Amino acid sequence: MRISKHPIITFTRGREVEFEFDGRTLTGFEGESIAAALHADDVRVLRRSIRHGRPRGFYCAIGRCSSCLMTVDGVPNVMTCVTPLRAGMKVSTQKDKGALPPEEAHLPTAGQGLPEDLGKVPLAVVGAGPAGLSAAVCAGRLGVRTMVFDENDTAGGQLIKQTHMFFGSREHYARVRGIDIGRKLLDELRGLPVEVHTGVTVLGLYGDRILSLLKDGRHSRLAADAVVLATGASENVLAFEDCDLPGVYGAGAVQTLMNVHGVVPARRVLMVGAGNIGLIVSYQLLQAGVEVAAVIEAAGEIGGYHVHAAKIRRAGVPILTSHTILRALGRERVEAAEICRVDSDWQPVRGTERTVEVDAVCLAVGLTPNCELALQAGCAQTHLPELGGWVALHDDDLMTALPNVFIAGDASGIEEASTAMLEGRLAGISAAERLLPDLDRSEVRRLKDEARRGLTELRAGPFGERPRTGKRRMLESWKREAFARK
Amino acid sequence: MSHRSDGVLRPNELAGCVPSEERLARGPVVVVECVERIPCDPCVAACAKGAISKPGGLNDPPIVDFDACDGCGICLSACPGLSVFAVDASRKDGKATVMLPYEFLPLPAVGDEVTALDREGEAVCGARVTRVLSSKALDRTPIVSIEVPREHAMTVRHFRRKGA
Repeated sequence: MRISKHPIITFTRGREVEFEFDGRTLTGFEGESIAAALHADDVRVLRRSIRHGRPRGFYCAIGRCSSCLMTVDGVPNVMTCVTPLRAGMKVSTQKDKGALPPEEAHLPTAGQGLPEDLGKVPLAVVGAGPAGLSAAVCAGRLGVRTMVFDENDTAGGQLIKQTHMFFGSREHYARVRGIDIGRKLLDELRGLPVEVHTGVTVLGLYGDRILSLLKDGRHSRLAADAVVLATGASENVLAFEDCDLPGVYGAGAVQTLMNVHGVVPARRVLMVGAGNIGLIVSYQLLQAGVEVAAVIEAAGEIGGYHVHAAKIRRAGVPILTSHTILRALGRERVEAAEICRVDSDWQPVRGTERTVEVDAVCLAVGLTPNCELALQAGCAQTHLPELGGWVALHDDDLMTALPNVFIAGDASGIEEASTAMLEGRLAGISAAERLLPDLDRSEVRRLKDEARRGLTELRAGPFGERPRTGKRRMLESWKREAFARK
Repeated sequence: MSHRSDGVLRPNELAGCVPSEERLARGPVVVVECVERIPCDPCVAACAKGAISKPGGLNDPPIVDFDACDGCGICLSACPGLSVFAVDASRKDGKATVMLPYEFLPLPAVGDEVTALDREGEAVCGARVTRVLSSKALDRTPIVSIEVPREHAMTVRHFRRKGA
């Protein structure tokens, strides 16, 4: 099912094309993900688990979880949630790990990759989300030639699915919808010495800041004088009985389906988690015409803003705090969920179980920084629960323990997109400062102070306590480590 | 119990947002149902009369000067939290008008009979749509005015289209 009319989004779809799924002819729109096209055609089981043959469906929608691996045009293990649909594609459910493809098998790609040797660039930014694009804008304005890489086909990161207006003040794009902020950032890049390359995976970051890149199945190499890692975050999962049943989705995946591809994600949803993401996505589901049975939250209190909670409450959605999900029910897809109350020790209270009829369970239970690239590059890491887990150790200019390698946005600690943009600015300015020794020092200081002031302001309230504490502990760790290095 | 447990403001939590009976009787006025310390201030910038302020800074809950506010409602679509409403309880016909942000399709039409809902989404009474604003300046946050019995002016905060 497709969303035909939406109060906020105007969907721009590619031309309608036919493709083959396990011998059947289906239709979809060119350029949307294969998995989205299948979902719109009511295909829920995309693969089977290798050992137990359990059905697996759409889950993360950002090419991370491997729940959607299928054989496409003879090539096995294709991440169908991030692979664009083309006319005439042959998509099939694969057996086990799939068969080795015949030598001539290949996925049709839009381009021919990047040149094998890209030479040297002053600044490489990994990730074209709010932090990465903001870093590029600031570095570019100071005259630093910059290349931005993103593995997705569209720049903007998670902004492209945020239909709500942002909070903050005017300088933080308050009152502007996330979907429009991504476009604004790309507009700001116009005329600057910045190139944005989408569909590029940064495979590794090696000594002397050599980046290994992959585009259209071809490898490239690039040397950079400085790097900003703005790799974002991944959604957390939650373990409960049959949590792998098709129809259990990450909240971000639901947003991708309905707000990017215009596909109705479900008829009736149980939302797990009453932080801002759970509350906002519930509201977006209502806007897409989907019923939300309830939002459940294991903690005794709602984690997100009251104003987000109020929007769904007055529309009739209950928010059940001190509640958890026990199991998903259904044979090949979610048909219901069993929930119950939890006590103050977060233990299920016997006798409070009840079944909620839903065809999807949406998980909004937090995020974890994407620290793999920083870890592979050899950036020293530290574990800070307030920032979402392992994060690269960084100073107050956001530079990691590797010289001229910076980290910004959710990758440096889980927060909001507004703070991600300010961190991106700070990282971009700091990188420029180190690359261009002739820059006007007082101007650089003014720009950095401005970004820092914004961060302090956005983190000042009670909802900023976690990141505030996390960032303070980060600086303490940094100073300890720096002392140890001396 | 507080709004943190279920998302619904209690009367004592609303107290600071609600204009006096005397002010309500004088003419249209806004009700800003924003009680937490969150970093946000577009409402302050939106008001041409300077009626909304955050004297303690970006994270303070907004304070409305009910004497300066004339209930024009321009701040309704500026609020990212959709937490601003405007109420005209000064009418002499036993009715009140509630202006509210409404980001759903299809938009109602003037004259439509709808079901008015309270902060918990419970049906309160029937209501009639009296105005629908949906200009480019509102940036996809249309403002709908509905007419309800006077006694429900401070409880009605949303509506459901008949048959929906």
